[in-house]
Amino acid sequence: MSNIPALEVENLTKKIKRKLIIKGVSFTLYPGEVFGFLGPNGAGKTTTIRMIVGLISPTSGTIKIGGKNVRTEFTEAMRHLGCIVENPELYPYLTGWENLEHFANMDSSIPKSRLQEVVALVGLSNRIHDRVSTYSLGMRQRLGIAQALLGKPKVLILDEPTNGLDPAGIREMREFIRTLAREENLSVLVSSHLLSEIQLMCDRVAIISKGAVIRTDSVQNLLAEQERVIWKAEPLSLAKEILERETEVQEGLDGTLITLYDEPLLPEWNEKLVQAGVKVKEMRTQLPSLEDLFLEVTGGESID
Amino acid sequence: MINLVRNEMLKLLRKKRLYVIALIIAFLVPLFTYAQFKEIQDQREKMGTQDWRTVLQQEITDTQNRLSSSRIQDEWRKYLKIRLSQQQYYLENDIDPRAPGAPTFMRIFVENSIDLLLPLLVMVIVADLVSSEASGGTIKLLLTRPVKRWRILLSKYLAMLLSVSFIVLSVAVLSYGISGLVFGYGGWNMPLLTGFAVSGDELLTDNVHIVPQWQYILMEFGLVWYVCVIVGTLTFMLSVLLRSTAAVMGIMLASLIAGAILVNMVSSWESAKYFFMVNLNLTNYVSGMATPIEGMSLGFSMAVLAVWGLAGFIIAFVTFSKRDIY
Repeated sequence: MSNIPALEVENLTKKIKRKLIIKGVSFTLYPGEVFGFLGPNGAGKTTTIRMIVGLISPTSGTIKIGGKNVRTEFTEAMRHLGCIVENPELYPYLTGWENLEHFANMDSSIPKSRLQEVVALVGLSNRIHDRVSTYSLGMRQRLGIAQALLGKPKVLILDEPTNGLDPAGIREMREFIRTLAREENLSVLVSSHLLSEIQLMCDRVAIISKGAVIRTDSVQNLLAEQERVIWKAEPLSLAKEILERETEVQEGLDGTLITLYDEPLLPEWNEKLVQAGVKVKEMRTQLPSLEDLFLEVTGGESID
Repeated sequence: MINLVRNEMLKLLRKKRLYVIALIIAFLVPLFTYAQFKEIQDQREKMGTQDWRTVLQQEITDTQNRLSSSRIQDEWRKYLKIRLSQQQYYLENDIDPRAPGAPTFMRIFVENSIDLLLPLLVMVIVADLVSSEASGGTIKLLLTRPVKRWRILLSKYLAMLLSVSFIVLSVAVLSYGISGLVFGYGGWNMPLLTGFAVSGDELLTDNVHIVPQWQYILMEFGLVWYVCVIVGTLTFMLSVLLRSTAAVMGIMLASLIAGAILVNMVSSWESAKYFFMVNLNLTNYVSGMATPIEGMSLGFSMAVLAVWGLAGFIIAFVTFSKRDIY
C-alpha cells in the first residue's frame, strides 16, 4: 500500500437553504484499499459522494482525486474517477455496447480495445449487444461497473453497490470489488447502510451520521476494541450478581452473559465465580457485528 | 466535440424521434395536397368552361385599362405595372397561376405551418433532450466524465440545431416530392410579388418587386428555419430547467397555442408584440399580409425572436453549469 492518497476529502461542508447538511467531512483513500462509507439512510452518504464526483458543488472544503482538485481541475480529476451514483442508470434504448461506446466517446484517452476488456472483466460478453431495457438488475449493475472502469480510474466510487441484488449477486459483487482492489490496485469507496456488507468487503470504514464522520478506523481495530466475552454458567443469577460487581454485564438471549473482553482481569473474574460455587461451563470471546458497534458509536440511532 | 454531438445524434436516432417526425410530415403532406387539389378543381368549376388563358388575357386588358387612366397615383401605377409584367409572364410561359406546381404547394405549406405545426414538431424533438437525462438518471453518468458541463450542453444544443435543420429539410423534400406527384414538379421560375409593407390601414407598394419562385421559397425556408431554431432554443431552455418532459411540452404547447390565438385579438394591445409567440409568422412579411399589431415589421419580429432566443440560451447554459444534481 503506497502512501500517496488516491482520494482526499478535506473539511467538506454543504449548506442547503441555510441548513448545514454535511458538517465538515474529511477522509483519505489510499491505493488498493476498499473504504467503507457507513451510515443510515439520510446520514449524508449520497450527498457527500455526489460532491466527490462533481454533481453537487460543496459549500466549502476541498476534494482531490489523484492529486487533482475537483473544483479547479475538473476534467483532470474526473479522468481518475469511475463511479456509479445510486442505481446504474444507463440508456435503456441503447444496447450495452452502445452505452459503453457512448461513454468512451466522451474521453479521447480511452482506446477502442478497452471496451472489449471491460466487457470481459465484468463477464457480460454474451448479452452486450442486447438492449439495456432487457437486462436484469444484476446485469445493469455489471454494465454500470464496466462503464465506471472504462477510463482505467484510480478511484472507483460505488454508492450502495449491492442494493437490489440477490444473495448470489451480492457475494459476486463483493468478490469482484476485492479482486479489483487487489489486482488493479484500485481504491474503492463503497457506501452502504448494510453493516454486514461493509464488514465483509472493506479494509477501513468511516461511520457517518447526521452529516458528520463520527469515526474512521480499520475494520479490525474497531472490532477488536469491542470484543466481548460470552459466559455460560450455572446458576445464572448468581453468576450475574458476581460479575456485575466487576464489570458491565448484559444478558444474552440463550441463557448467557456478555461482558467486555479485558484480558488481564478475566482470570480474576473466573476465580471469583468458581469460589462462589458457580459452575462455569463455557467462556468464549466474540467479535461483535458492526451492528452493535454502530449502535454504540451513534448512541442508539436507528440504522434504517 | 464532434464525438459528443455524434453521441447525442445517436441517442436521438435510437429514440426514433426523427423518424416519427418524418412520418408525421409524410402523412400530412398528402392530406394537404388533396385539399389543395380539391380547391383548384373547385375554382376551375366556377370559371366554367372558359380557358384560363382567356381569363388571364382579360385580366391583363383590365390592368392595362386602369394604367391608361390619368387619375391614379404614381405609387399605384408602379404596382400595377409590376402586376402587369407578372401576368404577362404567366401568359407567355404558359403557366396557369391557379394550377400551381409542387414548388407553389411547398410555399403555401410552409407559410401555413410556420407558426404552429413546425414549432410543434421541433418541440417534440427538443422537449426531452435534457430533461430525459435528468428524469432517467443518466445525467449522473454524463456529468461525471472528464468533460466540462458547458461542452456537454453545447453538444446537445448542436444536436438540436441539426435536428431542426433536418425537420425543415424533410418538410421541403417531402412536400416537394409528394405534392409533385399531383401538381407536377415545375414552376421554380414563376414570378412572385414581394416587398409589400403595411402602414396603418394602407398597403405600401413602394418596394414591391418580382422575384422568381425559387428565390422566394429559399427566403421563406430561411425564415422558417430561423423560427424553428428560436422555438427550439426556448424549448431547450425549459428542458434544462425542468425535469419533467411533460411539463416542458405543456408550457411550450400552451404558449404556442396562446400565440396563435393572441395574433387574432391583440391588435389594440400594443405591448403584446414583444411576446415571442405573436412574432412567429415571419413569412407573412414576405407575402405582404397585415401584421397583427401595428408597428411590427420583419426586422422587428426577427429582433424580438433573437432577444428571446439569446435569453433562453444564456439561462440554459448558466443554470446547467451551476446546478446541483440530486
